[in-house]
Amino acid sequence: MEVSHAGRIRIGAGAGFSGDRIEPAVELAERGALDYLVFECLAERTIALAQLERLRDPDAGYDPRLEDRFRAVLPACRAGGVKIITNMGAAHPAGAARALVALARDLGFAGLKVAAVEGDDVLAQVLERDLAFVDRPGRISDLDGRIVSANAYLGAGPIVEALAVGADVVITGRVGDPALFLAPMIHRFGWAMDDWTRLGRGTVIGHLLECAGQVSGGYFADPGWKDVADLARLGFPFADVEASGDAVIGKVEGSGGRIDVRTCKEQLLYEVHDPAAYLQPDVTADFTGVCLAPAGPDQIAVSGGAGRPRPTALKATIGYRDGFIGEGQISYAGPGALARARLALEVVAARLKLTGVVTSELRLDIIGVDAVRRGAAQIEAPEPAEARIRVAGRCETLKDAVRIGQEVESLWLNGPAGGGGATRTAREVIAAASVLIDRSLVRPCVSCQVVGS
Amino acid sequence: MKLRDLAHARAGDKGDTSNIAVFAYEAGDFAFLTEHLTADAVKRFFQDVVTGEVTRYELPGLAALNFVMSGALGGGVTRSLALDPHGKSLSTALLDIDLPDPQPPPSQR
Repeated sequence: MEVSHAGRIRIGAGAGFSGDRIEPAVELAERGALDYLVFECLAERTIALAQLERLRDPDAGYDPRLEDRFRAVLPACRAGGVKIITNMGAAHPAGAARALVALARDLGFAGLKVAAVEGDDVLAQVLERDLAFVDRPGRISDLDGRIVSANAYLGAGPIVEALAVGADVVITGRVGDPALFLAPMIHRFGWAMDDWTRLGRGTVIGHLLECAGQVSGGYFADPGWKDVADLARLGFPFADVEASGDAVIGKVEGSGGRIDVRTCKEQLLYEVHDPAAYLQPDVTADFTGVCLAPAGPDQIAVSGGAGRPRPTALKATIGYRDGFIGEGQISYAGPGALARARLALEVVAARLKLTGVVTSELRLDIIGVDAVRRGAAQIEAPEPAEARIRVAGRCETLKDAVRIGQEVESLWLNGPAGGGGATRTAREVIAAASVLIDRSLVRPCVSCQVVGS
Repeated sequence: MKLRDLAHARAGDKGDTSNIAVFAYEAGDFAFLTEHLTADAVKRFFQDVVTGEVTRYELPGLAALNFVMSGALGGGVTRSLALDPHGKSLSTALLDIDLPDPQPPPSQR
């Protein structure tokens, strides 16, 4: 097994979202010769949903798969001295740390040091100030009584602090995703928090890794054009990072997937707007000079990233109750399927009107025809062998939302010929909006516990 | 000719904004893409999807164009009524956009 050099660290990506596969992280922990294993599991609105869970159960509010993931990787990480960093703390990092300590004690890992990073919860600060949204018109007071969470994106600082006191596992709530990866670089290489170039380079590497399999062949295959071997056994990536901030991206030998210039390019610009100004809590990273070069089989050398001073304020995501969405689907097949699907949509729209269902927005799609690219552009599409309609509407009440699916379902007996496979759902919507919050109002804090015997 | 003949693409989402990064398979085609795959062309292609502006960023070093499309995700991923609220499938949908057929070299005209 390759051992990392003093001047180089190997950081693996064990998950790119909360529902991600678990075995690729085990493969990395067992065979990846890692120094650090990072799990990114916190999407934009997940933390608001977790906050609602915590309101229902004071011990909950962290990632529901935390125990499953740690049970799977802890043995190999403990044996190999691999430190773990994750945002699976969601709305309750301290609760997640307590649950992990209990699990580790049961598994016999006495001495494991678990740190929790808190302070991203800025609900009180946000409610005190009537901040304006940055991604839409309006301000906090417009959502009077509907806000359930407000979480600022913390930087790498508190994670570095936890690593400096010897934490084996660091559990956070909301932090910038690349910061989960940047933190071990700052810790091990002693980068200054105003070394914008290195922080920018580290952010490039963190950004390439944060979606795990998306840089190693996931979200990429297009048969005959961009083929990827063995997606069922997709290997998750790691980076060998130098003190300069240059790195090589790779994966465990024999795992599925593909790492080449194309997979890395696609991930480099994933969810990026201005590539010269990728805003993070610790740095404004510049991706425009990044150079990607083959360095071996399934290995890409990354260099040339840059950085400028960090943004003056921190971004915070507001989670709020946004009414209800009701939905129904039903399928048609054979000659005339498209005409029957269109008739079905007309019938549902008319029925919603006749029965007084109030929607502020209604969407009528034919899946396979115009559900993605909408409108006139799709009218000349060839007659499909099958068509499935989908009606989705936004409502003030759950009762109205339920009615939408019921009207689709009733097409079974009352709609066009041959309608089958009706399904329906109705759910409350927890939406997200963003504000900028002054750094002085955000106070991260780190706490540690050691697993007893 | 379709964009798919020259390029691959990946979509990402943030709030109500979708970005589609388009990458020339061959660096030599980047100038052709830059000339013909304009922000206006992308806006027209997605006229029934994108309600806001389309901004194009050029990355010659990566032979890439990044299209940032505001108002593209039905009011935002977390509240969209769309079947694909993240707009992940918009990337491959864009590959169907028509580009001018390449001109044969003068000797073959």
